[in-house]
Amino acid sequence: MKVALFIPCYVDQFYPDVGMATVQVLESCGVQVDFPQQQTCCGQPMANSGCMPEARPLAEKFIDTFTGYDYIVSPSGSCVSMVRNHYDHLVSASDTQAVAVRRQTLELGEFLVQVLGVRSPAGVFPHKVGLHQSCHGLRELRLGPCSESMTPRDSLLQQLLSGFAGISFSQLQRKDECCGFGGTFAVGEEAVSAMMGEDRINDHLQAGTEVLTAGDMSCLMHLDGMIRRRKLPIRVLHYAQIMAQAMQQAPTGQDRPAVTR
Amino acid sequence: MGHPALAADFTADRERARWHDRALWFVREKRDRMATGVPEWEKLRETASAIKRHTQSLMADYLQQFEENATRHGAIVHWAADAAEHNRIVLSILQSHRVQRLVKSKSMLTEECHLNPFLEQHGIHVVDTDLGERIVQLREEPPSHIVLPAIHIKKEEVGECFHEHLGTEKGASDPKYLTEAARGHLRSCFCEADAGLTGVNFAIAETGGIVICTNEGNADLGIGLPKIHIACMGMEKLLPRAADLSVFLRLLARSATGQPITTYSSHFHGPQQGGELHIVIVDNGRSEILQSEFRQSLDCIRCGACMNTCPVYRRSGGHSYEATVPGPIGSILTPLQSPAQSSTLPFACSLCGSCTDVCPVKIPLHHQLFAMRERLDQQQLIGTGKKLQMKALSVVLSNTWLYSLVGNVARAALRVLPKFLIQNPLTPAGQWARQRELPEAPAKSFRQLYAERQQSNDQSSPGSH
Repeated sequence: MKVALFIPCYVDQFYPDVGMATVQVLESCGVQVDFPQQQTCCGQPMANSGCMPEARPLAEKFIDTFTGYDYIVSPSGSCVSMVRNHYDHLVSASDTQAVAVRRQTLELGEFLVQVLGVRSPAGVFPHKVGLHQSCHGLRELRLGPCSESMTPRDSLLQQLLSGFAGISFSQLQRKDECCGFGGTFAVGEEAVSAMMGEDRINDHLQAGTEVLTAGDMSCLMHLDGMIRRRKLPIRVLHYAQIMAQAMQQAPTGQDRPAVTR
Repeated sequence: MGHPALAADFTADRERARWHDRALWFVREKRDRMATGVPEWEKLRETASAIKRHTQSLMADYLQQFEENATRHGAIVHWAADAAEHNRIVLSILQSHRVQRLVKSKSMLTEECHLNPFLEQHGIHVVDTDLGERIVQLREEPPSHIVLPAIHIKKEEVGECFHEHLGTEKGASDPKYLTEAARGHLRSCFCEADAGLTGVNFAIAETGGIVICTNEGNADLGIGLPKIHIACMGMEKLLPRAADLSVFLRLLARSATGQPITTYSSHFHGPQQGGELHIVIVDNGRSEILQSEFRQSLDCIRCGACMNTCPVYRRSGGHSYEATVPGPIGSILTPLQSPAQSSTLPFACSLCGSCTDVCPVKIPLHHQLFAMRERLDQQQLIGTGKKLQMKALSVVLSNTWLYSLVGNVARAALRVLPKFLIQNPLTPAGQWARQRELPEAPAKSFRQLYAERQQSNDQSSPGSH
């Protein structure tokens, strides 16, 4: 199985630890990954701004970079959704290479659960964790149940973390409201974006969240920025970082953490 | 002024913005409880969407069928190509009967056509009889929500307004007292009216009947007392069969206010005895939308659920959209009619997708907002500054070498430059940093760390592969 790692541009530049944690989690599940050096960005900032002519070269570059892999795995639901759901106007539907790359681009959790059959890995993480359900993972990739929809779905993120010894989850008043990041929205509609972030953080504060996590570093970059500005006692980690940390401390004494399949 | 500035004003009063957010979230949660109680909820949505798709594909045929059947019942059907023609038709009906006083129940279409000011210019006294509509009419402002027109107004402010206009006690804020006062006031308006005007929720091609849904019964009173009934409808209100109605009636009130059904769902087949029923069917750009990739926006049944769920709408208020229909659906419909005046609306959205999942007729709202941004770019309406930024970003990101270089330089700059330089309020970084910290720039990017790791792995296990 040939697996490529897609690390979104802002994660590459600002959150290298999230990328390294992703590698670590995949390796501990027995998967060797490639990191094609040519990769940059999926094109989402341009596409979300309506600028398709500017997004197109990035989509083409993405297809070009990742052709030939069985799976392309990324620790970002939003960028994965961009590739899978929003390349329609950017690459041809009759381009079989493009179709294959798009179909095989998976969010980290999707790959772990749906391809590797990982359930709830063993590990230790004695903290109260607040799950932020990033919108694109939730409503475009359907990685969990959303409160608007009456279709029952399992929460992939919670499942992946629930096996860790000592972990507990915050009970939020609004379990899947948007954090207000929204790409250029965070700057273009700064006032509303900041208020949305403030409301999310207040919800986590009342719920006693110690560690705030999500499947998208972009949401967390926004929330972390507000948490640091207010000097609040909430630590922010991508869920791959929680998994890497927790699985390293697996209580079994094995050199590779046990994966329950 | 644009949405960002108006929204910033609204959020500046945090207490009020929170109150507004909570009021609408309360309605959203009521909707959730109602939807949970219908095991086939998602199937109902699917069915409603399919009925709308079918109807649109045969729109001309069904409109003709509706006209024939409505005429058979004695209704008079009028066709209006645009808002101006609609207003002229309504005026001529009123003038031919020497109508001085008109009572109206809620109709977003007449808001769209700006009928009230037009009629008032021609000397006709118009009273909106929906309680929320009456409040905003007395305050001389537009509705801020399509189902809850006065949701932005606190009960104390309603008290002030009624004290001024209806003579209620000063400082009164008891909802029951104020509602009773409005009730008494509206009763006399109903009795004095010469004609009643309503919107239409559904028009049935098979039967020629129209259906009007209200909670206050004001539509029924408004057309039960006067002999002239004018019903104004956008052509997309059509359903093929009476049997289709059940699907929509079950979805509408649950989605709108979290009620199983509206208090009144009134059916009209022809005029009352000795009276006249005029049905004005309006296009006003709808035919064009029907031909476009935004055709599904015409499926809208005006329940307002997308507004109640929208995290931006709840925190920015309906008036920040400066549109007849605000919120997610309004941010599609308004730029279709006047793109230059409403180019900020499709960007007043974090693309969270909640509206798409809440919509009872499955309009892919956030996908349409995404597509509308592309259309605005094609119309050169996204702003030259933003376009230039995106062009530059695209050039940098398209070249891996340049991307790495710019990334390394930017991170180094963030690490060494003083904050006041980086956070210049005129730059995107400065905008970001108004209420939040910028991310801390690490010394090395992921690709640098990964390359180093590969290198040390290769050295520690020579010839292992």
